[in-house]
Amino acid sequence: MRFARRAAGVAVAASGPRTAIELREVAHAYGERAVLDGVTLSLTEPRIGVIGANGSGKSTFARLLNGLVVPSAGTVLIDGLDTRTQGREVRRRVGFVFQDPDAQIVHPTVAEDVAFGLANQGVPAAERDRRVAEVLVRYGLDGHRDHPAHLLSGGQKQLLAIAGVLVMRPQRVVFDEPTTLLDLANTRRVARVIEELEQDVVVVTHHLDLLAGFDRVLVFADGRVVADGTPAETLGWYVARMG
Amino acid sequence: MLSLYVPGTSPVHRAPAGLKLAVLAGLGVGLFAVSRVEVLAGVLAGVLVLGLGVARLPVGVLWAQVRPVWVLLAVLFGFHLVVTDAATGAVAVLRLLVLVLAAALVTATTRVTALVAVVEWLARPLRLVGVRPARVGLVIAMTLRFIPLVAEQAARIREAQAARGAQRVRLGAVVPLLIAVLRLAHTLSEALDARGADDVPARRASPGRA
Amino acid sequence: MRTRDLAYVALFAAIVAVLGLVPPVPVSGLPVPITAQTLGVMLAGSVLGARRGGLALLVFLAVVAVGVPVLSGGRGGLGVFVGPSAGYLYSWPVAAFVIGWLTQLCWRRYTLAWALVANLLGGIVVVYAIGIPFTSLFGDLPLAASATGALAFVPGDLVKAAAASVVAVAVRRAYPVIEAPTRRATAG
Ligand SMILES: Nc1ncnc2c1ncn2[C@@H]1O[C@H](COP(=O)(O)OP(=O)(O)O)[C@@H](O)[C@H]1O
Ligand SMILES: [Mg+2]
Repeated sequence: MRFARRAAGVAVAASGPRTAIELREVAHAYGERAVLDGVTLSLTEPRIGVIGANGSGKSTFARLLNGLVVPSAGTVLIDGLDTRTQGREVRRRVGFVFQDPDAQIVHPTVAEDVAFGLANQGVPAAERDRRVAEVLVRYGLDGHRDHPAHLLSGGQKQLLAIAGVLVMRPQRVVFDEPTTLLDLANTRRVARVIEELEQDVVVVTHHLDLLAGFDRVLVFADGRVVADGTPAETLGWYVARMG
Repeated sequence: MLSLYVPGTSPVHRAPAGLKLAVLAGLGVGLFAVSRVEVLAGVLAGVLVLGLGVARLPVGVLWAQVRPVWVLLAVLFGFHLVVTDAATGAVAVLRLLVLVLAAALVTATTRVTALVAVVEWLARPLRLVGVRPARVGLVIAMTLRFIPLVAEQAARIREAQAARGAQRVRLGAVVPLLIAVLRLAHTLSEALDARGADDVPARRASPGRA
Repeated sequence: MRTRDLAYVALFAAIVAVLGLVPPVPVSGLPVPITAQTLGVMLAGSVLGARRGGLALLVFLAVVAVGVPVLSGGRGGLGVFVGPSAGYLYSWPVAAFVIGWLTQLCWRRYTLAWALVANLLGGIVVVYAIGIPFTSLFGDLPLAASATGALAFVPGDLVKAAAASVVAVAVRRAYPVIEAPTRRATAG
């Protein structure tokens, strides 16, 4: 099952070598403040989890993966593409879902917002409408297509944000604490959406049970990867270390 | 969506937004070349017929736009009675009344999206100075999106202060509010870039329906 | 313009709009109630600077023009651009630009005093310099007459300039947008 998913991912990304995500001696500082330090990683697994304390550099790491942040030193390669020089192409491949749904919804109504990324890609109107309708159905928002986005519930807003990213058919999706602001029911709902994605994912989260079925989990502390392994190896270690 | 549009299928509703705006702009210039009361009264009657008869707008919709300037118009007329004469006063008042009503008519019969499309079209010459017209539409959409967000944030901060016993909103509360929404705007811009806002093709396809 | 600048422009356009929803506050001793909207004009210039501040007000006017009723008193649409007091509306983008320009001039040592100078010049002098002649032109009134009418609003505007200045100085300390070096802290 997981293999099938991975095979699908490979098929889409068939061009270029199968290097997936690669970080070489990556360091990042905001002004004077060093946030990541000497991170070298090669991530080929389809499902990667990222955990760590607040301020440990997880969001910075996530933002590196689609070129929102360009590293101060070192190189980030996504399927062989350098985020520094091929940012556009990288952003086309890597979708990004943020923590706060309100900070991701641009257009005043639901369908318009989902269409935003497609319009940016220059997808023709007819195909755009079809794809928008399709994802709205998939995420249970088809009854709300002309609703004002601000009247949706928190969970629906996050689903809308996810729909707006997935409609663009990225090859991988990075989630930065997608469930932190949601209640239990909506957390489960979003977890299921992530679980059912055919794309490769990187998920930053504090909800450790989200990562149970993942292939690999990275633990960040003070801008470094301090543990790296299967969920069985890392989650227990992390909880124990937190005391 | 909060807007002054009144749905309908009349010929006025169906006329292209660009045409309606052009006629309105023409009126804005043309009326100042006219200083005969009968002509102005005729134009006023024409606008009322179009609005109430053809477009079948409720009287209240037009009145709502006239009400705020009513007092001003009365004062203006009174002033002219004293300084010039009734005829000049009537001309000044009629002109403004026609313009306000005609503008209200266009606004009530044209969808926000159609008007935004015209704004984008009007912004095309700005290409020469490096402004992409599609971004004009985007910025208007973002503004509409931010209005409820800012209002919500303001309400949240007001409640938090009330919960701690503050009687009125204090100036100090405005600062955290502004910082919160500035942060939000910044994150939103990142989310936009992540969805390709920065790599818009030269001609972005027109926005979907409102 | 980067996407971030567009977001700031849209944000302040929205802030001015939300301030239009605040009902006018009667203040004892002042002849007319204070409306909050010009406070937004001053903040846009003071926080965003000339270009983005001016644009924010242009966008606000565009939003009003396309029929969103966010002008104080729930007004909107194209009608408001032809009334006798429309000149004040037209003055807002200019005012925000001038305030922003003055703010940028003294950004390094931006104190309350400087902020006040910027907001008084841009937020009051510029606004009246455009609004008053417009009223006389549109209403066939002598300048002196429309100036007298405008006087009633001056005390309220002074209060707003003071408030905007205090807020602008505090925001600069916590979240300076004008210098905006690289990426700022985010909600994520
Ligand atoms: N734009 C920024 N400017 C300055 N410092 C930042 C910025 N973004 C994050 N930081 C700082 O970098 C550190 C790591 O942040 P982040 O990557 O967001 O960590 P996490 O997501 O694990 O909480 C934190 O100390 C944070 O305060
Ligand atoms: Mg984070």
